[in-house]
Amino acid sequence: MNLAAGTKLASAVCSAQGIIIRPPSESGVLTCGGEPVTAPGAGGGAAQLSAPVDAPALIGKRYVDETVGLEVLCIKGGKGAFAFEGRPLTLKEAKPLPASD
Amino acid sequence: MHTHLLLEMAADAAPDRVIVGARDGGMTMGALLDASRRAAVWLASRAGSTVTYVGLNGPSFAVAIFGASMAGRPFTPLNYRLPDANLRKLLERSAPTTAICDAELMERLSGVEGVELVSVENFARIHADKAEPPVIDTPDQDVAIVLFTSGTTSEPKAAILRHTNLTSYVLSTIEFLGADEDDAALVSVPPYHIAGISAVLTSVYSGRRMVQLPGFTPEAWVELVAAEKITHAMVVPTMLGRVLDVLEKTGQTLPGLRALSYGGGRMPVAVVERAMRLLPHVDFVNAYGLTETSSTISILDPQSHRDALSHADPAVRRRLSSVGRPLPTLELEIRDEAGNPVETGCVGEVWVRGDQISGEYSSGKVIRDDGWFPTKDAGWLDHEGYLFVEGRLDDVIVRGGENISPSEVEDILRRHTGVLDVAVLGLPDDDWGERIVAAVVTDALVADDELRALVRSNLRSSRVPEQFFYYPSLPYNDTGKLLRTALKSQILGDLEQPRNDKKIALNAAG
Repeated sequence: MNLAAGTKLASAVCSAQGIIIRPPSESGVLTCGGEPVTAPGAGGGAAQLSAPVDAPALIGKRYVDETVGLEVLCIKGGKGAFAFEGRPLTLKEAKPLPASD
Repeated sequence: MHTHLLLEMAADAAPDRVIVGARDGGMTMGALLDASRRAAVWLASRAGSTVTYVGLNGPSFAVAIFGASMAGRPFTPLNYRLPDANLRKLLERSAPTTAICDAELMERLSGVEGVELVSVENFARIHADKAEPPVIDTPDQDVAIVLFTSGTTSEPKAAILRHTNLTSYVLSTIEFLGADEDDAALVSVPPYHIAGISAVLTSVYSGRRMVQLPGFTPEAWVELVAAEKITHAMVVPTMLGRVLDVLEKTGQTLPGLRALSYGGGRMPVAVVERAMRLLPHVDFVNAYGLTETSSTISILDPQSHRDALSHADPAVRRRLSSVGRPLPTLELEIRDEAGNPVETGCVGEVWVRGDQISGEYSSGKVIRDDGWFPTKDAGWLDHEGYLFVEGRLDDVIVRGGENISPSEVEDILRRHTGVLDVAVLGLPDDDWGERIVAAVVTDALVADDELRALVRSNLRSSRVPEQFFYYPSLPYNDTGKLLRTALKSQILGDLEQPRNDKKIALNAAG
């Protein structure tokens, strides 16, 4: 699916949802739990997560693929993890700042 | 990404957490989401293509921000303290608009073409309905907020903040639901200030309860900090000084307060030092930003405050008057008039680049094609990367080809114990281009020569003000910005009609 900034997407195998913060510099397939993501509400829930993953998608965390600059914000947690072209996305360490407003 | 997604996420993960109002009986995250959805349905049904808010801070302000985002309506809070004629003009510029306004303003603002007025009370009734709120499809709309700048020198400019600017600021600086359950932030900045808007967004995303103080008085502020077990607060410079006065008078120590941030104008170092001594348990944060940068772009953190307070090295001590370091998600440079970077330590214009920077007005973009935005603020960086902001570029005095920033001279004059407030300005001069004068508020009889000697012993002689004008107070707008243009006209007026007796009378009365 199209991975333009602002696009919302859903896992086909679990409850995870995300939004594209930064699009990838080259096209490719974004997956969650091993299956390509779909548009939310597209009804892709038939597939099953094959095995539990070490680092499932957590709400409020940002995941990146440094190779193509892709950044996904997880807006609903799930049991699967995001990957791009087979490469697992890595957690982007947020550096929270002291409260300023 | 729309700003209301921040609320949807937080409400999904922590629906029962109280987010606005009193610890007991305040509005939960789930209730705020439902109210915003009801507001969105209603706003989308109105003729107005924008939403304006003319009123004091309150729960409906947060509902209006998110409701407008869901309805795809750019949101504009207006300064309710402006004279009616100015407010009506700004409403006209926002039309066609749905204007949510305080009841007492309804009559005064009625009859502007293309403006549908709804009182805050009626708006609250609409969003407090018990019915299950439908979720509407948000139309394509990437403008989130249109904020009129304070316009201290000219017609207010309409700064445009896009959803991506604001959400990028929130995502890069705030940890999702990172606040403790008992954290509470006191919001005393008005809704029409960028800090009033970012307070709503960052509080929701971090899950930190907001307590709103609709009209600031230092007594009410101190009382609310104690009563609502406030842990965090943000104030503009004028507020802090007045809060400290109250604390000194009553002896209160605000033991529950953990963090106090300040910004929105230049803070005199003496006030920060006093605050740190009166509230030694509090983490102080100096935040610098502009409307056009979606709030904070540079922060002096608590540790830097503590290091600076009593350090032996004057260069470190001096950092207490800096705005700290730029956010790691931004690039910041100091450039000369030609747009080339200057050497470390040299004064120039502050330029900034990053996703949160809008740099755009309804009249056009100021941000360059490569993403760099000239802030029109004058500043310099020290060798450790601390940023010192010297005020607006337009306020820099050019005397005989030499650039002099008023703040540098003001800081020295403030050291005089008799000086309560001071502003240094440039007046037109046939020989020098500009000459330096100072407007001073004193609490005792202070001789011009004393002040001149003080400046001369600390700065180059070209920095010494030629003339001093004594006033009972200086003009500020209600968010604490010094009205330099108004002050300059006043001084020029006084020069045309010299009244030497006034100076003596004011001094004696002070």
